[in-house]
Amino acid sequence: MRAFWKYLLLILMTLVILGGLIPPIVAYPKNFFEFPLIPGLEDKARIIFFHVPTAWLTVLAYLIAMFYGIRYLKKKNIYDDMKSVSAAALGLVFCILATVTGSVWAKFTWGSFWHWDPRETSIFILLLIYGAYFALRSALDSEEKRARLSAIYSIIAFLTTPFFIFIMPRLMIGLHPGSLEIDPATGQIRASANPVIKFQMAANMRVVFFLSLTAFTILYFWFWNLTHRILKLEYNSQKEI
Amino acid sequence: MKRAYYIFYKDFSSELRMRFALNALIMFVIVAVSTILFSLANEKVNQNVYAGMFWVVVFFSAMSGLSRTFVSEEERGTTLILSLIANPISIFIGKFLFNLVLLFFINTIIAFLYMILFQDFSIQNWDSFLLAFILGNIGIAGSSTIIAAIISKANVKGTLYPVLAFPVLLPLILMLIEITKSAMEGNPISDVEAELMVLISYDIIMITASVLVFDIIWRD
Amino acid sequence: MNNIQLIVKNLKKTFNRRLVFDKLSFEVRAGERLVITGKNGSGKSTLIKILAGVMNESSGSFEYIFDSGKIDREDIYKIIGLVSPYLVLYDEFSAFENLKLFAKIRNLKIDDDKINQILEKAGLFNRRNDLVRTYSSGMKQRVKYASAILHDPLVLLLDEPTSNLDIEGKDFVDELVQNFRKDGIVVVATNETQDFKYGQRIINLDDYKNNQSK
Repeated sequence: MRAFWKYLLLILMTLVILGGLIPPIVAYPKNFFEFPLIPGLEDKARIIFFHVPTAWLTVLAYLIAMFYGIRYLKKKNIYDDMKSVSAAALGLVFCILATVTGSVWAKFTWGSFWHWDPRETSIFILLLIYGAYFALRSALDSEEKRARLSAIYSIIAFLTTPFFIFIMPRLMIGLHPGSLEIDPATGQIRASANPVIKFQMAANMRVVFFLSLTAFTILYFWFWNLTHRILKLEYNSQKEI
Repeated sequence: MKRAYYIFYKDFSSELRMRFALNALIMFVIVAVSTILFSLANEKVNQNVYAGMFWVVVFFSAMSGLSRTFVSEEERGTTLILSLIANPISIFIGKFLFNLVLLFFINTIIAFLYMILFQDFSIQNWDSFLLAFILGNIGIAGSSTIIAAIISKANVKGTLYPVLAFPVLLPLILMLIEITKSAMEGNPISDVEAELMVLISYDIIMITASVLVFDIIWRD
Repeated sequence: MNNIQLIVKNLKKTFNRRLVFDKLSFEVRAGERLVITGKNGSGKSTLIKILAGVMNESSGSFEYIFDSGKIDREDIYKIIGLVSPYLVLYDEFSAFENLKLFAKIRNLKIDDDKINQILEKAGLFNRRNDLVRTYSSGMKQRVKYASAILHDPLVLLLDEPTSNLDIEGKDFVDELVQNFRKDGIVVVATNETQDFKYGQRIINLDDYKNNQSK
């Protein structure tokens, strides 16, 4: 079974890398392997296959870390805390990847590394929360306390997300596809009318995109599985009598 | 509720005798406001900057004082006697009330200093500013109290507090700045109705959640 | 008939990876006095804190049954009184103020006379209005006794009950334990052989270090 997932991941990743980088981008695609040209993006549109999955995993990792945190609080099983912390550690890695790939790309497309658009701000806040989570953990010396308090903190920090979703479009201009903005006439939140932001993927791009999401998710679970098993082994080997 | 009140009363009279938080807080406010005063002297800055500056000082003064309620119990070792005489919910509410009163006191001082020292910090719509001030204080006190409970169990308390509190308080502070800007421009309160509703729901969600999880933090 | 009972089942406590005790089971009925002993670091204080409901056990359970009903975790503090060296009172208040505050926070219907009475019994009446921080360690220990019996608890948990006390103080403890309500429970954690007299039964925590669990 494990071998199956590894081979699947190998095949998917190869497909995603080839499918993401090779197909030419042309103004009027005729063949299934050609991607349509988006004015202002050109070849830079390819980032969507690699950048979006990292951002998605950042969020997924947080949810997993919180889920196992809550499970620890319920069952007091230290292995749940190991799952929680290794999910969060990978989340932090992917958070940094998403931030770096995004801001390098932004430099070439939007003109500077950072713009404080809603998604950039969200990932920055997530980075702060991950940072705070690990700062808290390193300041707690007993295992039980560390597990308990970091789980609580992840819950409290999570509770602020609905507020950010409300505030962001009011404070900043969205540059990412699918951004929301405030309609100046009515004050209601609506989808942006800007052509780049309205950008929708062509069918063949969407296939590669979802393959990529799947591949990265499998990659994430594989890493996560390895890291929390390593933690468990370390823990058991150190167990004093 | 009565128990919570007496825990508040205990902290209050203890504060009057010991000044765990108050002296440091007042000094902090004076230092922070005068730093801003010096750095902005003779500069013409956008009025909006003051709205932001006001809440920044409020945030950092909260960070310098509000952790004392729990940290001083933990440092002096009185956590045990406290948990022997009251249940966690009353303890949390008592501590929250104490922080709330402290915050109102200190923020009123900050607001007063801003009004007399900065000509440009003039509130045109008092209704929306006062509502934001009250709801904001409740929210800041709620989140700060629960984060204070968490860090009182940690080894390095001082630096950890703002690090943990910032992401949690950020949405609140951003909204407060927006409302204050609007109040300074003299816009009607209906303009910030949605923001005020969000403030109310923030306060309710954070305080309810804190009451629910405090028990887990409190018992070793 | 008020009937309190303490039932401990398979209690286990670990700190990080260090086992403190395991498979600890016992029962204490109303009127019984139990002594817990063991080497330094054997977990006497830990057990007392767990029984006081202020520390979590790692696994297993303990419960106080009163009139065949289980007392909620949240409410344990109402029925126990605890005295121990690591208990610290609010030293910016006087003994009287401490007790008065505790009575208020506990929501007890106690007037100042009753508090003075308790202070008198503990031999603190003359200095009841001095700040606790000016007290000697023996006097602090007496204030702890006063605060432990303030709410007339059903269960008395005493950790090293006679530490810091002079002969007079020890007599006070003797009397307190002997005259403690007959329908109540006293648990004493101690290493002093002279304190063993308080109990009818002795549990040695060193017998619960069994670590073949794996």
